[in-house]
Amino acid sequence: MIDAAHLWLIPALPLLAAGIGALTPRSGRRLASGAAIAAMAGAFLLSCLALQRALADPAAHLYANFTWFELGDGAVRLGWLLDPLNAFMCVMVTFVSLLIFIFSLGYMKEDANFKQFFCFLSLFAAAMLGVIVANSLLLLFISWELVGVASYLLIGFWFHKPAAAAAAKKAFLTTRIGDLGFLLGLVWLYDATGSLLLFDGGHGVLESGVLGDLATQVLASGLAVPTAISLLIFCGAAGKSGQFPLHVWLPDAMEGPTPVSALIHAATMVAAGVFLVARVFPLFAADQVLAAGPLHALTVVAAIGAITALLGAVIAVAQDDLKRVLAFSTVSQLGYMMLALGVGSWVGAIFHLLTHAFFKALLFLGAGSVIHAAHHEQDIRRLGGLSRSMRTTFVTFAVGMMALAGVPFVFSGFWSKEAILHAASEWDVSHLPFYATLIGVVLTAFYMTRLLCEVFRGAPRSPAAAHAHESPRVMTIPLAVLAIGAVALGFLGTPVWPWLQSRLTGTPIPARPLLEGGGLMGLSIVLVALGLGAGWALYGRRVRLTATAPDPLAAAAPRTWAFLGDRMKFDSLYAATLVRLNAFVAALADFLDRRVWGSAVGFLARFAEFTGVVNSEFDDGALNGGFNAASEDIRRTGRAYSRAQTGETHGYLRTLAIAFVALALLVLLGGVR
Amino acid sequence: MSPLQFCLIFSGVLFSVGLAGALARSNAILVLLGIELMLNAANLNFIAFWRYGPASAPATGVIFVIFSIAVTAAETAVGLALVIAIHRHQRSIRLQEATRLKG
Repeated sequence: MIDAAHLWLIPALPLLAAGIGALTPRSGRRLASGAAIAAMAGAFLLSCLALQRALADPAAHLYANFTWFELGDGAVRLGWLLDPLNAFMCVMVTFVSLLIFIFSLGYMKEDANFKQFFCFLSLFAAAMLGVIVANSLLLLFISWELVGVASYLLIGFWFHKPAAAAAAKKAFLTTRIGDLGFLLGLVWLYDATGSLLLFDGGHGVLESGVLGDLATQVLASGLAVPTAISLLIFCGAAGKSGQFPLHVWLPDAMEGPTPVSALIHAATMVAAGVFLVARVFPLFAADQVLAAGPLHALTVVAAIGAITALLGAVIAVAQDDLKRVLAFSTVSQLGYMMLALGVGSWVGAIFHLLTHAFFKALLFLGAGSVIHAAHHEQDIRRLGGLSRSMRTTFVTFAVGMMALAGVPFVFSGFWSKEAILHAASEWDVSHLPFYATLIGVVLTAFYMTRLLCEVFRGAPRSPAAAHAHESPRVMTIPLAVLAIGAVALGFLGTPVWPWLQSRLTGTPIPARPLLEGGGLMGLSIVLVALGLGAGWALYGRRVRLTATAPDPLAAAAPRTWAFLGDRMKFDSLYAATLVRLNAFVAALADFLDRRVWGSAVGFLARFAEFTGVVNSEFDDGALNGGFNAASEDIRRTGRAYSRAQTGETHGYLRTLAIAFVALALLVLLGGVR
Repeated sequence: MSPLQFCLIFSGVLFSVGLAGALARSNAILVLLGIELMLNAANLNFIAFWRYGPASAPATGVIFVIFSIAVTAAETAVGLALVIAIHRHQRSIRLQEATRLKG
C-alpha cells in the first residue's frame, strides 16, 4: 500500500532514468531508452497503487510534509499530497508518457542524438510529475520551472534547424512572462498567509480557516486580496496552458519532434496550467463570498478561456500544416478547460483534460506516424490518399478525430465536452462563454473533418505521400492503445454514471437520466453534425486533386483566409509592439550608456588629459634629468618579468593551481601557521 | 565516515573536477564551467562547516553562500560577455588563441 509519504518515488523514478541517460555514452541507446521506459512503467504502477489508495477515501487529502531548511525563525516546508485529483493526473501522465516513450523508439530510431532524447523526455516527465504530487506551491513552482527547462530542451531538440531553436526560445520566454506573475502571486500569498503548503492541518492555504481570513482582506482599489493573488497565479497558468494572449508559443513549439508535441501538447505541459488552477481552485473561488467585489478571479478565467477556445478553433480552420492544425485545436481545447474552471466546474475541466490527453496524444502520434511514413512531409496539401497505405494509422486517427470532434455517445470527447457545455449553460454571470463553446463545437468538427479528408482521402499529391507505408508495430501499438482509451475513458463520467465526478469531489453525485437536459445534448449533437457535414461537403465530396489547388474557403474569401492562415497576425502584432518596445528600450539604454554617461566620462578624461599635458610640459622641462637613468633600469626589469606574461590563460591558471597546491602542502606538512 | 567528512571529500572531488576541467579544456565556456564547479565546492564547504561545525549564529553559512551565488552569477555574466567579445575578435573561443595580451 502506497502512502503520501512514498509519493516522491513517482517523480524520482523518471528523474533517475534521466540521470542514467545523461551519464551513458552516446552509443548507449538501449540503456538510455530502456531505463526511461522501465522507470516510466514503474511510475505508472506506483501511480495506480496511489490511485487505489486515494479512491479508498476520496474526500480525504493525504499529505506528508517535511522541513526543507530552517532560516532564522522560519522554516521552509515542502510536502507531498495524495488525493483523487493528483492520483488521476499521475495515472494519466505516466500512462500516456509511457506510450509516447514506446512510440519514440520507432520515431527517433534514425536520430543520432537518440539517447539524449530519452534523457530529456525522462527529465520532462519527472518535472511534470513533481508538479502534480507537490503539496507546496513552492515545490510546485520549482517543478514548474523544470518543466519549462525540459520543454526548452525538447522543443529545440533539432537545434540545428534555426526555426526549432527560435521556437524553443520563444516558448521559454513566453512562458517565463507568465511565470513572473506566478512567482509574484506566490510571494504575495506567502506574505498574506505565512505558508505555501496546500494542506497542513488547518494552516494550509487551501484550507477554510486561512482562506476565510484571506477573503476578508481588500485592497484600496476594492479588489479582494485573493482575487489579486489568483489572477497573478493565473498568469502562470495562462502561459503554460497557451491561453490568449500568451498562446503564441504553442503553435511554434511544433518544431520539436512529434512525440514531443504529443507529450507537451496533449498530456503534460499545457495541462499543467489547467491542473494548477484546479489544484488551487478554493483560492480562486475564495473571493466569491464577497458578492460586491468589482471583479471575481473566476470571471477572468472564464473570459480568457472563452476567447482562447474561439480563437484557437477559428485559426485552426485555415492552417495547412498537419501539426499546426492540431496545435491550434489544442489551444482551443485548453480554452474549453479554462472556461470550465471559470464557470466553476473544475471537475468538468479535469474530465476534459483526461480525455483530451488521450485523444490528442493519439492524434499527435498518428500525425507522427504519417510524417514518419511520408519522409517528414507535413503539409496537408501535399499528402492525401493515405487511408489505403496506412490502414492502422488511418483507423486510429479517425477515432481520435471523432473523439475530438465530439461524435455522440461512443467517443470520450463527447461526454467531457457535454459536461463543459452543461456547466457553461448554467453559469449565471454571462451567457457569452456558452455561445463561444457552441461555435467552437461546430468549428472543431469542421476543421477535424477537413484534416482527415485532406490527409487520408483522394490520391497522393506528392511522391513522398505516394511511397508512404505503414509504420512499424512499435509505433502502431501505442496508437491502438490510445484509441481504446479515447473511446473508453468517456464512460467514466457520463451523466448516467458520474463515477469520475463523484470520486474527484469525494461526494456522491446523483446520476441524471440521459434525457434530462436532453435539449442541450440534442443541440450539441446537431452542431457536431453541422460541422461534420460542412466539412464533408467542402473537403470530402470533392477531394483536392493537386497540391497547388486553392482551398475552397480560400477561393471564397482569400483575404480572411490569409489573415487566419497568418494566425490572425498575432506574431506580427507582438513583433511590431512588444519586440519593438524591447528593442527601443535597449537602444535607449545604449544611447544613455554611450552618449550621456560616455560623454561625461569623456569630458573628465579630456580634462585629465589636459592637466596631464600641462604636467608633462613641466616635467619634461624641469624634473626629467635624474629619473631617466632610473627608469631605464625599471624598463629592463619589466622586460624580464613580462616574459612571464604569456597571454595564455591556461598558463596563469596552471601557475595558480600549482602555487595553491604548494601552499597547501606547506601549510599541511611544514606546519607553518 | 561522518557527514562532515563526506561533505568535505565530496567538495574536494568537486573542486578537483572543476580544476581539471578548467585546466584541460580549451573552450572558454567550459573553462568558465570548471571555475563554477570550484566555486560551488567552496560553497559546499561553507554549508558543511556551518551545519556540522560548532554551534554558530543561525543561517550564517546559508546567507554567505547565497551572497556567493549572487556574486557568482554576476561574475558569470561578465565572463560570458567576455567570451562573446573574444569570439567577435577572433571568430573562435579557443583560449590558446586568445594570447593578444602577451607581454
